[in-house]
Amino acid sequence: MSSVAVIDYGMGNLHSIAKALQHADSSSDVRIVSDPETILQADRVVFPGVGAIGDCMQALNSTGLGAVIKIVAAEKPLLGICLGMQALLTDSEENSGTSCLNIIPGHVRHFPPDLQDAAGNRLKIPHMGWNQVRQHRHPLWKNIKPDSRFYFVHSYYAVPDSASVIAATSDYPDAFACALAWENIFAVQFHPEKSQTAGLQLLKNFLQWDGRV
Amino acid sequence: MSLAKRIIPCLDVDNGRVVKGVKFVDIRDAGDPVEIARRYDREGADELTFLDITATHDDRDTLVHVVEQVASEVFIPLTVGGGIRTLDDIRRMLNAGADKVGINSAAVANPDFVGQAARRFGSQCIVVALDAKKVSAPGAPDRWEIFTHGGRKVTGIDALAWARQMVDYGAGEILLTSMDRDGTRAGFDLALTRAISAAVPVPVIASGGVGNLEHLAQGVLEGKADAVLAASIFHFAEYSIQQAKEYMASRGIEVRLS
Repeated sequence: MSSVAVIDYGMGNLHSIAKALQHADSSSDVRIVSDPETILQADRVVFPGVGAIGDCMQALNSTGLGAVIKIVAAEKPLLGICLGMQALLTDSEENSGTSCLNIIPGHVRHFPPDLQDAAGNRLKIPHMGWNQVRQHRHPLWKNIKPDSRFYFVHSYYAVPDSASVIAATSDYPDAFACALAWENIFAVQFHPEKSQTAGLQLLKNFLQWDGRV
Repeated sequence: MSLAKRIIPCLDVDNGRVVKGVKFVDIRDAGDPVEIARRYDREGADELTFLDITATHDDRDTLVHVVEQVASEVFIPLTVGGGIRTLDDIRRMLNAGADKVGINSAAVANPDFVGQAARRFGSQCIVVALDAKKVSAPGAPDRWEIFTHGGRKVTGIDALAWARQMVDYGAGEILLTSMDRDGTRAGFDLALTRAISAAVPVPVIASGGVGNLEHLAQGVLEGKADAVLAASIFHFAEYSIQQAKEYMASRGIEVRLS
C-alpha cells in the first residue's frame, strides 16, 4: 500500500486534502503528519497551505519542517498546493518580502491593482473561483481534459526564473504560471481537493506517479 | 480562457433540515441537506453555502455533522454561516470540512472579530455576510443600511462604508443580501449589488430575491457580481444548476460547464 504524508505545520485545515486523497484512491494510506521521521518514511508527500507566507515560513523554520521538505524534494514525489507551491520558490513579495525554501528558483508576486478583463470589467483580488488551466505535457495531467477548470483562491502568483518549469498557465487577465513541475516535484496554485472531478483525477495521478516525467 | 462567474446554491438549515423562508418567516421544508448537497454537486454547483438558522446553540452540533458528511464526499468549496461568533466556532467549522465561514452579526457587534479571524485563519476563509435594506426616501439618492438578526435589528450603519471597512479588517469576500428582496423572487437589488461591487476590491456574491434564471444573469451583467447565490429556485427543482449555467452562458457569461 502506497503511503502519503500530508504535512501539518499549523497552516490551515488539512482535513479537506486528506479526505480528497482518500477519495481519489481508497487504497492509499493517507496520514496528516508533523513528525519529520514519518514524513521521510512516506512514499510521497503533499505540502499544502493557506494563509500568509510570513506565518508559513516562520512555522516551517521553527518546526524544522522546511529542512524536511528540502530532503523530500530531492528524493520522492512531492505535491505543493497553493501556499505550499509558493513556499517552494526563492522569495515572496508578501509580508514585506519573505525568504522561501528556494527549491525552485523564482519569485512570488502580488497581482497588480485595477486589473480589467477584455470587456473592461474590473477583476477582483483575490483571484477566486474556477479558472481554466492550460496544461503543458506532464504525467499528472493524465485523463484530465485540456483547459479544465480548477478552483483558485489567491492574491499572489509564482514567477519562476525558468519557463521550463511551468506545467500549466491560467489567465487573469494575463497568463501566469498556475502549476510548476521539476523532476519529482509538482506544484499547483489551485486547490485540487476543491476542484471536483478534475481535481480528484489530478490527486489520483499524483498517488500513482513514480516521480518521473 | 477566463475566470467563471460562480453559481452558489444556498441551503438554509434548521435543526438538520433544509428549509426556505419567505423574508425569514413561513418556513418550508426542502429536505435532507446531505442529499441536496450531493445533487447540487452532481449538477455542477461551483460552491455550496450552508446557512444555519437554528435558534439554539445546542442544535448547532447538527450542522457540524452535516458539514462533515458533505465534506467527505463533495469536493467543491463549502461555506458555513449563521451563528459564527467566536474563533472557536470558526475552527470547529473548518475542522468539520468547511472552507470558508460567513460572519454577520458578530462583525457588527465587534468589527475587530473579523480582523482576528482573518489573522488566525487567513482572509481566504473569511466571508462577511452583509444584510442590507434600502433606507433612502423614494426619489432621493440611494442609501442602504446594515441590518442584523435576520433583518430584524436596525444598526444605522451605511452599507457601502461597512463593506469597505470589513475588507480593511480582512474579509476575503462579501456575501451581500438585500433584505428588501430576500424571499420575494423579484430579482436582486441590482443598484445595491453594483454599488457594493464597485466599493470593494474583493469578490461580491449577490443574494436575495432570485425568482428565475434571468435574475441570475442580471446579477452578473448589471449588478457586476462575481458570484450569484440562490436557494428556493434550486431546492424545489424548478431549475437545475446545469440549466442555470446554460442560461447564463447563453447571455454571454463565462461559467463552468462540464
